[in-house]
Amino acid sequence: MDTSPITPELTYRNALKEGRFMLQVCSGTGRAVFYPRVASPWTGKPLTTWSQMSGQGQVYSTTTVRQRTEKGGDYNVAIIELAEGARMMSRVESVAPDQVEIGMDVVAKIIASPDGEPMIVFVPKTRVVT
Amino acid sequence: MTSNLRARAAVVGVGTTETWNNPGQSSLDQLAIAVQRAAQDAGIAMHDIDGLFTSTLSHLMPALSVAEYLGLRPKVMDGTNIGGSSFIGHLSHAVMALEAGLCDVACVCYGSNQLSAGGKLATLSEPPHWEVPYGPRFPISGYALIAQRHMWEFATSRAQMAEVVVASRAWAKLNPQAFEQADLTIDDVLASRVVSDPLSKADCCLVTDGGGAIILTRADRAKDMPHPPVYVLAAAAAATHRFISSMPDMTTTGAVQSSKAAYEMAGLGPDQIDLLQLYDAFSINVILFLEDLGFCAKGEGGPFASSGRIAPGGALPVNTNGGGLSCCHPGMYGVFALIEAVIQVRGQAEARQVEKFETALVHGTGGQMSSHATAVLGGPSTV
Repeated sequence: MDTSPITPELTYRNALKEGRFMLQVCSGTGRAVFYPRVASPWTGKPLTTWSQMSGQGQVYSTTTVRQRTEKGGDYNVAIIELAEGARMMSRVESVAPDQVEIGMDVVAKIIASPDGEPMIVFVPKTRVVT
Repeated sequence: MTSNLRARAAVVGVGTTETWNNPGQSSLDQLAIAVQRAAQDAGIAMHDIDGLFTSTLSHLMPALSVAEYLGLRPKVMDGTNIGGSSFIGHLSHAVMALEAGLCDVACVCYGSNQLSAGGKLATLSEPPHWEVPYGPRFPISGYALIAQRHMWEFATSRAQMAEVVVASRAWAKLNPQAFEQADLTIDDVLASRVVSDPLSKADCCLVTDGGGAIILTRADRAKDMPHPPVYVLAAAAAATHRFISSMPDMTTTGAVQSSKAAYEMAGLGPDQIDLLQLYDAFSINVILFLEDLGFCAKGEGGPFASSGRIAPGGALPVNTNGGGLSCCHPGMYGVFALIEAVIQVRGQAEARQVEKFETALVHGTGGQMSSHATAVLGGPSTV
C-alpha cells in the first residue's frame, strides 16, 4: 500500500490524470496559485482550498523558440495568465508559433506529454468550437 | 538604519585574468590568478585575506573550495549564490563583516572556464520542472519573454535593443582587454540569427573564460593603501522570483527595490551618478535597468538608450569596459562590473576613461531577472 503523503503537487497531478485542471486558491487574495505549494506566496497562510479552473486565460507574453526543421522546427513558449489570476508557463497550439500574440484569449487543454504524464497547453479561444 | 554602512569600507584592490580564453585552466586557477593580482594591487599578501565571499557555477560549496585552493583560513565565509549578481550582493555582506570587525581584509572573487570547457553555460542549476516540459531555452527564453512584453507595452523596438549592443562594442574597442573587438552596426545586430524571439545571438552576452577579484578593507585602513580608496557608498539586494513564470511583473524588475535602498544609503540620486555598470546578460537588460534605476521613465528605456547616449562620448556612460556583451562574460558577470567601476572611479581607465568619475552605480541581476543587487561606489570627494 502506498503510504506517501498527498502533497500539493501530487494532488494537482492526480486531478490532471482525471481530466480536471485544479489549483489552490489563496483565501486572502482570492487568486489561484501556480504552482501548487503549502502556503500562499501572498499571505504566507496555508492553502487549503482547491478549485477547478475555468480554463480561460490570456497570453501574457510569448516567444518563438527557433529550432532547425530536422529537429522539429520552431515552437511556441508562452506565459499564460488564467482568468482566476494564476500565471504559468505553457504553449499555445493549433496556431503558428509566431502568430501567438500577447493579449490573445486562450483556453486550456489537457494533453499527454511525451513521457505520458498529462500536461496543460492552450489553444486560441476563437478556434474553439462549442 | 542602513545609512551607517555608507563609506565604512572601500575597495583597495582589483584583479582579473589577463585574457578571456584560457584553455586548460580550471575555474579555480583563473579565480586564483585574479585574487593574486587583486592582492598585489592592494599591496597585501594573499594570506592576509580573512573574509571570503565567492560563488561559482561549478562548486556546491564554493567558499570551501576556494579557501582550500588558496590556502586561506577565513574567519568569515559567504558562498551565497543569487546568480550573476552574487558578487555585487556579496559587497553588502563584506561591508557588514568588516564594519563589525569579524574580518579585516575581505575578498570577493569568481572564476570560470565557461568558454574553454566547451562554450556552453555549464551550471549546477536545477531545471525548473514546471517549465521544462514546454522547452524554453535557459536562460534566453526568459529574457525573450521579458523583451516581448516590454515591446508590447511600450513599443520598444529591436533596433533600440541593438543600440545597446552597438554601444557596448564601441566601448570595447577602447578597451584593449575586451574580448570582442570587431566592428558592429545596428544592421549587423538585426541580421543576427534569432534564437528566441525577439532576441538574436547578438543580443546575448559573450561566453568567455575569466576570473575577477576585489579586495576590501575598512575605510580608515584604506587610506594607507597604494591606490586611492573607492568607497562603498551603498550596497543593497532584492529578489522577486527564481524562474521566469513566477516573475510578478515582467516589465518592472527588482532593481526598483534594490536601487531605492542603495540611493537611500548613499544619500545620492540618479542625477548624481557619473557612470553606470549594468549587467547586460541580454540587450533588453540595459533598457529595463535604465528605467528601474531611475534614469528615465518606465517605458522610455528604448529611446533613452538610443542615439549614442550610452556610447563613448554620450551623456551617460554605461558599461565602459564593453560589458558582458562585448568585454567578457564567464558565466557570471557581477564582479567584472564592480572591477570596471573601481578602475573608472580611480581614473585609471586610460582610453575609455570617462570625464566625470566621482560616483559609479553598479547593478547586477541573476537567474532570469530574479535577483538584483545595486552598489554605489565613490571617490575621495564623496566622503
